[in-house]
Amino acid sequence: MTRTQVLDLYFMEARSKLIDLAAFLDRVDRAEGEADFRLRAFRDAVSHLSESRPSRARSVLLSLSDPSTEPIPRAPGKGAVGAWPGPEAK
Amino acid sequence: MRYIEPHGHMVSRVTDDYQDMAMAGCACICEPAFWAGFDRRSPEGFYDYFCQLTEHEPKRAAKFGVPHYCWLCINPKESEDVRLAKDVVALIPQFINRPNVLGIGEIGLNKNSRNELQVLEMHVDLAARLDQLILVHTPHLEDKLKGTRLILDVLKNDSRIKPERCIIDHVEEHTIELVLNSGFWAGMTLYPESKCTPARAIDMLENFGTERIWMNSACDWGVSVPLAVPRTGLEMRRRGWLAETIDKVVFQNPARFMGQCPKFKIP
Repeated sequence: MTRTQVLDLYFMEARSKLIDLAAFLDRVDRAEGEADFRLRAFRDAVSHLSESRPSRARSVLLSLSDPSTEPIPRAPGKGAVGAWPGPEAK
Repeated sequence: MRYIEPHGHMVSRVTDDYQDMAMAGCACICEPAFWAGFDRRSPEGFYDYFCQLTEHEPKRAAKFGVPHYCWLCINPKESEDVRLAKDVVALIPQFINRPNVLGIGEIGLNKNSRNELQVLEMHVDLAARLDQLILVHTPHLEDKLKGTRLILDVLKNDSRIKPERCIIDHVEEHTIELVLNSGFWAGMTLYPESKCTPARAIDMLENFGTERIWMNSACDWGVSVPLAVPRTGLEMRRRGWLAETIDKVVFQNPARFMGQCPKFKIP
């Protein structure tokens, strides 16, 4: 596909998602209280969008991932929250 | 468009879903054993579930002209209780020769704990001893990368396991290369919020090719879309993919992988 074809297919959808992201960050800013590790992780992930290499999706996913390699002693529950809290949370 | 749904938890779906899938061209459905959304308290609960997967659900699917296959295991979300898991794994051999059972799955990890890893190794050993195909669930979100690495280590460290007889499901952009480069099959799950969207799945196909890869909806009791595979087929058409290449991804590839089980009949 040409770049114009990709833009024709996906620009409006991506524009909509971009505005949603901006509105989400505005919403968090307007809210009260302290944010937890997820906001820091989110902002770090957003920074990968300005990379020039065509592997931004991978970079975003890596930035939100647990980088450790050893199994944990016991599962704390079943769910995942979408961002790694860092080693201090273990 | 003919397609195979290689990963759908149909016990959680309504009959309208079967009808919609059949009308969209679904040639067969394969259902891995799954977490029910709550923990089962005894092996007897799993015995009943395995009966549901091997007796009741195939009959329900047949009413819509759709062949139904399944995979058996205790899902990683219930693997923290190793004692229960041992009892459930011990039930599997009495079901494994039933006509719609394709192998062991979806096994894997959820939170990457030691107990989950121990139960994964029990399943892998069972699959090796019974010469079964393996379908692997990789963890969600922030746990996926680490879990995928741990799972690949377990599989690669067992010399009895042949990578071409294992599919590692729910890959995303940060794990797909690890899986394909190790010789395993990769599954992409099409979810509205987590895992990957149709557009991203097609991106991965364009970046990594169409060999040893399938797509599934993993439709279950949560937010999921039973028609995600044919919808992605339509998206591929919009991106200019040839009909025969789409057919390879949504029909021929899953048929090729599951055809390694002699009980799987190409629909």
